[in-house]
Amino acid sequence: MTETTPQKRGVPLWVQIVIWVFLVGLLALVGVILSKRQQGTVQPGDKIPDFTLPLFSGYEYEGKSEVKLSDLQGKLVVLNFWASWCKPCEQEAAELEEAWEFYEPGGEVVFLGADYVDTEPEARAYLKKFGITYSNGPDMGTKISQMFRIRGVPETYFIDQNGVLYYVKIGPFLSVDEIKSIVAQKLP
Amino acid sequence: MNFAFGKNYLRITFYALLFTILTFAATTVFAQDDTPTDDEVNAIAKQLYCPVCENTPLDVCPTEACRQWRELIRTQLSQGMTEAEIKQYFVDNYGARVLAEPPRTGLNWLVYLLPPAIILLGAVFLFRSFREWTRSSQAETGPGGERSETSSPSKDDYVARLEEELKNRK
Repeated sequence: MTETTPQKRGVPLWVQIVIWVFLVGLLALVGVILSKRQQGTVQPGDKIPDFTLPLFSGYEYEGKSEVKLSDLQGKLVVLNFWASWCKPCEQEAAELEEAWEFYEPGGEVVFLGADYVDTEPEARAYLKKFGITYSNGPDMGTKISQMFRIRGVPETYFIDQNGVLYYVKIGPFLSVDEIKSIVAQKLP
Repeated sequence: MNFAFGKNYLRITFYALLFTILTFAATTVFAQDDTPTDDEVNAIAKQLYCPVCENTPLDVCPTEACRQWRELIRTQLSQGMTEAEIKQYFVDNYGARVLAEPPRTGLNWLVYLLPPAIILLGAVFLFRSFREWTRSSQAETGPGGERSETSSPSKDDYVARLEEELKNRK
């Protein structure tokens, strides 16, 4: 009479491999997402990818209802993120407009306002209240702010004539001279 | 005389009652304007999250940005927009991340598939573990709950000594 020993049935090897690969993949994904979140804003020296900012009517750029960064090659771009609900943004609104009025005749510097997570009537009221005249538009789908990985508003990004970021200002400007001194770094 | 007074009294009461009812009805009708109520606004707002205030649903978020959003929902409702249209407007303007329930696309599927898959795997694991524990305990005890003959001699000696000790104590 032959004696049969019960064979221990475990999880098949291929299932184990699949589970481990899946778990490692999941951990890697979580790691990538967390590291991206902790990266902070784009850094000076980074080439800024092209983006399109739709513009509010009355705040167009050279008559166009949207502006592309690639269309501004050769010009220095001052990109300001703001919102009508943002109190610190109000501190710098007049300074930004004054700086724009200073550089506008030269045509070498372009000021752009990206309205972050805002509603249009309130945004328009804000622009009117502070007499802002440079091109402004909503950051549709928060795509541009996500690209710059902004942490809040106001934040201002200075992009040189070659589309490379050279200065980041977190928080409001304290004076017009502060804006002028940053712009002057890249003007001939 | 008394009868006439009673008749007049009844008439006055009737007109007073009629006036009260009509006034109340008119007030109610006037109060029903087209402005959506807070509940109607919040029914949609609780399905949205403002990117500025992470992890706080729009219906309870106290910030100015969220107040503006709620007012925008109220305006859109009064313009006759449906819930789906309003949600789509917010997605178009502020991105899909404003939705409390992520859209079923791309990596978002993980949110829907992973938890049930993990629960299912856990259930299979538990089932297998219980089955193995039951088998091993059945192998240790014989049928009817008697201890099988495979128990170790040292254990039998111990039991025998223990029984003898107990007998001696009696």
